[in-house]
Amino acid sequence: MSDESAPPAPWHETLLKVLKANQVRLITYVPDRVLTPLIGAVHADGFFTVISPPREEEAVGIVAGAWMGGVRGVVLMQTSGFATLPNVLASLAVPYQIPVLMVVSERGTLGEFNIGQAMVCRTMRPVLESLGIENHTITRLDELEFIADRTIQQALLTRAPAALILSPLLTGGKTVRK
Amino acid sequence: MSATELSPGTRDSAKVMNRTDLSKRLVARLHGGEAVIGGIGNTNFDLWAAGQRPENFYMLGSMGLACPIALGVALAQPQRRVIGIEGDGSILMQLGCLGTIAAQGQKNLTIVIMDNGSYQITGGQATLTARGTDIVAVARGAGLEKSAWAADEKDFETRIDRALAADGPWLIAARIDDKPPAAETERNPARIRDRFMQGLGVKS
Repeated sequence: MSDESAPPAPWHETLLKVLKANQVRLITYVPDRVLTPLIGAVHADGFFTVISPPREEEAVGIVAGAWMGGVRGVVLMQTSGFATLPNVLASLAVPYQIPVLMVVSERGTLGEFNIGQAMVCRTMRPVLESLGIENHTITRLDELEFIADRTIQQALLTRAPAALILSPLLTGGKTVRK
Repeated sequence: MSATELSPGTRDSAKVMNRTDLSKRLVARLHGGEAVIGGIGNTNFDLWAAGQRPENFYMLGSMGLACPIALGVALAQPQRRVIGIEGDGSILMQLGCLGTIAAQGQKNLTIVIMDNGSYQITGGQATLTARGTDIVAVARGAGLEKSAWAADEKDFETRIDRALAADGPWLIAARIDDKPPAAETERNPARIRDRFMQGLGVKS
C-alpha cells in the first residue's frame, strides 16, 4: 500500500528514473543552476557516462555519434544554450534522422531578472516549431513521468530529435531572491 | 617511441601535401572496420572519393562537429577505432572539443586535421592557421599530448598506423594544398546515416 501522505519524489529523481528506464546512458550537459541536483545525481550513478563539453552544439554532436554507435544519450542545457543549436539541429539531427534528446531548463520567464535571458527565451519555441521538433513544456510533477517517458519513446521510435522544457512551475526556476 | 616521433613538429616545416592523395592513403590503411567521420565540405568529399566504406559518415552540415561526432561513436563502441577528419576552418570553429576529448582520454579516437590555411569551399579566404595559429600547438595546450604534424606522406602513413595500433587519443595534422576534391558526396543524409549504422552493426 502506498503512503499517500509521503511527499512526491522531486522532479530530478523522477527524470533520472525515466532516463534509466529508457536506457539513456550518455548524459552530456552545459551547466545550469536549476539542473544542479540532476547533474549531481547522474555523476553519482555508475549507470551513466557523463560528459560536460564547453558548448551545447558539441554535446549534440557527441550524442548524435553515440546514438549511431548504439548508445542513447541526452543533452542537458538552459534556454540560452538551446539558442546556440539551430544550425546543428537543422543540418544534423533533423535531416539525418537522429533522435537527439534535449532537456532544457527554462530561464527567461515567470520571474526572470536578466533581460537577456528573457529575450532569448522567446526564440526557443519558434525555433523548435519551425524545425518541426516535438517539444513539451513540463509544468507539473504529476505529469513529468508520463510526458518525459512518452516523448523519449516517440523520439527513438520515429528517429527524430525532441525537447523537454522544464518550466519554473516544475523546478522552481531561478529568481533574484535566492 | 623515439624522440623524433614524439616531437610535435611545426606547421612551417611540414610538407604541403594533397588531400585527395592523403585520403586515399588513409583509407588504404583501414583493415579493422574503423569508423571514419568526414567533416563538412572538401574533407568528406575526398573521403567519399577514396571509396565509400559503410563505416564512413559524411557530414553535409553542422560545421565543426566531426570530432564530437567521432567522440560519440568512440564512446559507444570502445572496441572499434574511430577517426574524425576535419578541416582547419572547421576545427577552428569548435576548438573546445579538443579539450573534451583530452579530458575524456578516449583511447580509440584519432583526429586528422587537413590544413590548407583557407576556407577553400567558400572562395579561399584565409583561416587563422594561415596567420599564425598552429593547430598542433593548440591541441597540445588543450591536453592532447599525442598531437603532431605529419612531416610528409610516409610520416603520415606511419602516424596513422601507430594511431590504429596504440592507445590515443591521437591528433595528426597535415598541411595540404588548395587542389579541389576528387568528387562530391551524394547528398542524402538519411541514407548516409542508415548505411553508417549498418556499417557499425547497429540497428537503426
